[in-house]
Amino acid sequence: MNLIVSTISQGFIWSIMAIGLFITFRILDFPDMTVEGSFPLGAVTAVSLIQSGHSTLYSLLIAFIFGCLAGFATAFLYAKLNVPILLAGILTMTALYSINLRILGKANMSLTKSTNIFNQFGLDKLPTNFNGIILGIVIIALIIFLLIIFLNTEKGQAVIATGDNETMAASIGINTTVMKFIGLMVSNGIVALTGGLIAQQNGFADVNMGIGVIVIGLSAIIIGEVIYPDVPLSVRLITVVIGSIVYRLILMIVLQLGFNTNDLKLISAIILALCLALPTIRAQFLKTMRNGVKTK
Amino acid sequence: MKPLLEIKDAVKTIYNDDDNLNILNNINLTINPKDFLVVLGTNGAGKSTLLDAITGTNRLTSGQILLNGDDITSENLAKRSRHISRVYQDPKSGTAPRMTVAENLLLAKRRGLPRRLRLRKLKENMPEFKELISNLPTLDNRLNTFTEKLSGGQRQTLSFLMAIIQKPELLLLDEHTAALDPQTSKDLMELTNRIILEKELTCMMITHDLSDAMKYGNRLIVLKKGEIILDLNQEEKNKLTETDLLKYF
Ligand SMILES: Nc1ncnc2c1ncn2[C@@H]1O[C@H](COP(=O)(O)OP(=O)(O)O)[C@@H](O)[C@H]1O
Ligand SMILES: [Mg+2]
Repeated sequence: MNLIVSTISQGFIWSIMAIGLFITFRILDFPDMTVEGSFPLGAVTAVSLIQSGHSTLYSLLIAFIFGCLAGFATAFLYAKLNVPILLAGILTMTALYSINLRILGKANMSLTKSTNIFNQFGLDKLPTNFNGIILGIVIIALIIFLLIIFLNTEKGQAVIATGDNETMAASIGINTTVMKFIGLMVSNGIVALTGGLIAQQNGFADVNMGIGVIVIGLSAIIIGEVIYPDVPLSVRLITVVIGSIVYRLILMIVLQLGFNTNDLKLISAIILALCLALPTIRAQFLKTMRNGVKTK
Repeated sequence: MKPLLEIKDAVKTIYNDDDNLNILNNINLTINPKDFLVVLGTNGAGKSTLLDAITGTNRLTSGQILLNGDDITSENLAKRSRHISRVYQDPKSGTAPRMTVAENLLLAKRRGLPRRLRLRKLKENMPEFKELISNLPTLDNRLNTFTEKLSGGQRQTLSFLMAIIQKPELLLLDEHTAALDPQTSKDLMELTNRIILEKELTCMMITHDLSDAMKYGNRLIVLKKGEIILDLNQEEKNKLTETDLLKYF
């Protein structure tokens, strides 16, 4: 029981990152590798600030802002200097590795302060692991609420149009470069914020904790889409959260079956590959069903 | 009359290996208000390149473009879009697929205007959009449909409405009916003609359809290998037959 609750709690917290990734991957329609650097950036920023006596909320705010700056760097390379997006993200991600080491001063650091965001504001009075769920729900609700409002503003619509059809967006006077900056900055801000949260939940920050983050985020997005295809944009944000929880539950089951935690990344990649292939497999299956299995 | 658009000595050169090619070769063209200019030319004549230069999608190698007397040669696409709208040939180019018809129209209604951090006014605009599509059977009751679910003809009709919903000073049509089946193409062409006349729009319409070129517009130019080889006003055009025109190809 406790295992399931803790798994769900993780699903909630990680879904915040997936929502950040959704902005670039689904709304702007390109894969942004920066997140593998901005996630640990948020973690090391939050941990070093908390360790030097700053409040948890302030640390998360700075983590968010630093994440935005990472997104700015990628946007600059991509939208201003025309570096292909995959390469732009990898460049920023690589540069961030050194920056993260500088911020932390070493490869990893434990949180020795007794307070963190998971035991503040009365969250410590909740049963074990429920603090993560409640905190996750509050932050997700806030972020989804703000995002939906933003997406319904003229600027937000311009961001959506840029991702949907850049030629058309540009021809009706939308500055698509600016929209890419906005999307990449907000996205990486949210991802870094999640990094700061996960670091507090785990009690440490590690400069390597970004590896595989993009796979985790994409899995949440795609599982959400497989379960709930064809829903409007605002609802899709919620399906990401559900996708994230389902993904964590799948991982939990796989680990319960006796797989080694060292194989976790391999298993993650296989789960994502399966989810990505699912539409093709399903179509193939339906076709076979319809035509009957032909024997020559 | 003050000209609306002046293109002066426009040259667009593409550089490949060692032979340079002028895809626009010293174009001089003046468009006056209420001109309905039809541009005829074979594939590769440089028609789209000329439109790209006017909208700012692609810059000229040399030459000048004036709009209402102001030099806009190096002005960006966003600024020019306040005055100029464009419909592309490919139905996929003109609309945002995962947005609804109404959302697309609303985006287009603010063509060229800054996108502010304030709530869009979708509901308030619905009556106007309903009115706009009221006489168009193809789009009737489709305001809340995602454009990816529309046919090519519906999308092109929508693209056209998006180009005129906020009256442009210059409307550019780039073979906007060429990708459609004959009947749909004819319907859209009729709608185009009606609205251009009704709203007294200034329009530059590219086509490679000879009979459309004969039938519509009040001025005709023929573009060949990046040069204007024929420029007729209404009167001269009336005297012309399709067979005469064929000689220019
Ligand atoms: N970016 C480009 N690079 C190389 N060649 C180009 C480019 N754009 C256009 N062309 C060439 O320039 C010529 C004119 O193209 P275009 O203006 O699209 O013709 P049209 O619209 O009249 O069919 C064509 O031969 C085309 O292949
Ligand atoms: Mg063309």
